[in-house]
Amino acid sequence: MTIHAITVLGHDRPGIIADTTARLAGLGLNLEDSTMTRLRGHFAMTLLCAGEATTEAIRADLAPIAADGTLTVTVYDLPDEQTQAGDGRPFVLSVHGGDRPGIVSTVTAEIAAVGGNITDLTTRLSGDLYVLVAELELPADADVAVLESSVKRVTQELGVDATLRPIEADDL
Amino acid sequence: MTLNQRVLEWTEAELGVEGTVLEVVRAPAQVLSVPGKDVDPTAPETVQLAADLIATMRVSPGCVGLAADQVGVSARIFCVDVSGHVKTKTHHGTYVLCNAEVVEASRNEKAREGCMSVPDLTGDVKRASRLKVRGQLPVTGETVEIVTDAFEARCLQHEIDHTNGLLFIDRVAGAHALHQRQTYL
Repeated sequence: MTIHAITVLGHDRPGIIADTTARLAGLGLNLEDSTMTRLRGHFAMTLLCAGEATTEAIRADLAPIAADGTLTVTVYDLPDEQTQAGDGRPFVLSVHGGDRPGIVSTVTAEIAAVGGNITDLTTRLSGDLYVLVAELELPADADVAVLESSVKRVTQELGVDATLRPIEADDL
Repeated sequence: MTLNQRVLEWTEAELGVEGTVLEVVRAPAQVLSVPGKDVDPTAPETVQLAADLIATMRVSPGCVGLAADQVGVSARIFCVDVSGHVKTKTHHGTYVLCNAEVVEASRNEKAREGCMSVPDLTGDVKRASRLKVRGQLPVTGETVEIVTDAFEARCLQHEIDHTNGLLFIDRVAGAHALHQRQTYL
């Protein structure tokens, strides 16, 4: 089974999701993981779907969505990878402060340096305020205190604040 | 839930001074990120600040609490009034607490909250819905304990966070828990 990665990006308007997913369903594609949101007023959608339709057929079928030039649609094939449940420990990192270049790259470099994997990340620019919220998995042998102090050090140099907290799942 | 009658009966008339409406500062102002200093609840400047906080809260639509760092003063004092809010269960009316701290917290619940100092964003934050807080009343300096729940508990934790230099952004539940504000009051 081929996994197709489809992105739709551009001017937001009602009906983008309904139109796109109806066309995918018409091709016999099963919508799997997806993320759909608005970024500074633009609509941004990435979705993975599985099915026998060819990439060329999907591109042709989705072409009318982008016909007025306000949306960009891309279709690529991906290898089917099964998610491995790791032994990483989940954390959430909040960073906020005055907007300036380099906040994301500097902070994420510290996470990468200890083998941490970012699984989800959102940034928002609100006036002068820049906010980053990241969910990450740290390896079982990673020293959280060392990461916390290195993140504090680099964020202080950037003049922004950072908070690293474990994610607590309440299993019922 | 047993109400603290002393706090419930407290009104800003006890302050004996008129409050002045102050400008509310917005993130990324540095004062919002610094733990506030303990205050002397009996000091005239503390009493005046208490009156100013209430005056500023009163003229701000939807405002149910305001901490000193939000008006640019790095001090551990805030005012609260959740009496008119739809999510409120227990409440103690309008009051000001100095040097407040959480004594007991339990029954976490997640809800979306905003802040006058972060006007364009909201966030989903898990906070205790049963809470005991200890602080001091302005003018007399008497120590009071407030046991409360629901929205007053959330508001108190939000304001105490301010006195410790924390914003709700520091506590959002995850990458999808930060939102562009949809409604302005």
